[in-house]
Amino acid sequence: MCLAVPGKILSIEGSDPLFRSGRVSFGGIIKNINLAYVPEAKVDDYVLVHVGFAISIIDEAEAMQVFEYLRQMGELAELEEGGTQ
Amino acid sequence: MKFIDEYRDERTAQLYSRALSRIVTRPWTIMEVCGGQTHSIVKFGIDELLPSAVTLVHGPGCPVCVTPLELIEKAIELASMQNVIFCSFGDMLRVPGESKDLLSVKAAGGDVRILYSPLDALKIATENPEREVVFFAVGFETTAPANAMAVYQAKRQGIRNFSILVSHVLVPPAMEAILSFPDTKVQGFLAAGHVCAVMGYVEYEPIADKYKVPIVVTGFEPLDILQGIYMCVRQLEEGRAKVENQYSRSVRKEGNLPARKIISEIFRVVPRKWRGVGEIPQSGLGLQEAYAEFDAELRFGVAGRTIDEPAECISGLILQGLKKPHECSAFGTRCTPEHPLGATMVSSEGACAAYYHYRRRNN
Repeated sequence: MCLAVPGKILSIEGSDPLFRSGRVSFGGIIKNINLAYVPEAKVDDYVLVHVGFAISIIDEAEAMQVFEYLRQMGELAELEEGGTQ
Repeated sequence: MKFIDEYRDERTAQLYSRALSRIVTRPWTIMEVCGGQTHSIVKFGIDELLPSAVTLVHGPGCPVCVTPLELIEKAIELASMQNVIFCSFGDMLRVPGESKDLLSVKAAGGDVRILYSPLDALKIATENPEREVVFFAVGFETTAPANAMAVYQAKRQGIRNFSILVSHVLVPPAMEAILSFPDTKVQGFLAAGHVCAVMGYVEYEPIADKYKVPIVVTGFEPLDILQGIYMCVRQLEEGRAKVENQYSRSVRKEGNLPARKIISEIFRVVPRKWRGVGEIPQSGLGLQEAYAEFDAELRFGVAGRTIDEPAECISGLILQGLKKPHECSAFGTRCTPEHPLGATMVSSEGACAAYYHYRRRNN
């Protein structure tokens, strides 16, 4: 029920903040999404969408932290050294 | 898809699994609150990657599963009315009421429609001014901004033939209820990432302090969940009990402020009954006085009725993390997704349905 899917904003329309909406691509599937709750979102941003509403803008820098965390523990170095096995 | 595929990398998952084995010195029990996380854990076999000392128990975070029988019965009553178009998210339709479900109302000719968004119900109301359109507003905090916006827009646009049957529940009071049970096994929580995307995580800090449990705000992909478990176990091993945020790409400490503003404009905090658990104080949302005209229970005179839960289903124990689905004698035999005895077998996020779909071979 709390499923939310990341999608990329292709275009934005509407001047009334409550009815602001955008065309959002989910891996090629495009839906019209309400953007009232992400007033600062712009075209090319990725947003997290739940039941037709964007509820968060995905922070691209923070998106790497799941790998950074491993790197800080020294675990990821081994993976990188391990090459393509 | 970007922001999904990279978090399913098997080799990185193995590294998290190994890192976890290195820090675990004794048994720990962690509850993932959200049914979406339960689904991921069982689907991807994340629990099978964990050291045997770490046990995951599945929490009550499935709105379909915790909607009480009396609200299902009210939904069935409204959906059966001649002039009503009853709109709902799809997974509510198979939840068993006392004698039937919403799907059977639809099969008998009731106008029951499955929608993707509550705003679609508003559109149907505008297109059918002579009919009454009722939306079954279930959900946790994640869904509240969408349902609140539908009511807000209805008022602003003067759409009078629209109302909602509210079954909104809140996560933090349920976590407190679980921690208060005398036989609780839970020592740490993975908090629900999308609930926190809306609400932030400040409200979890008093819970972590009071009950001395670490709470890690966690996402839904396999690597998110593994990192969340790692962070939680690390706190437990170090004797800390803080709120941490694993899901920082989508969750900010204060949550989504415009969404929280509309939620508090439309809804107020009320006591709510949880299926299988009972009434939890201050654990739900109901409409504010100023929006009472959009309350389907008042509009159709079905408020105030109560029904006791059936006894044969152990979903209450499952939702509290005290039992696993395969410990139920009806599991997979008398209770299946096609013929469910209880709601945890209905929703794809219910623990019983997840075990049924992905784990039957193990049982």
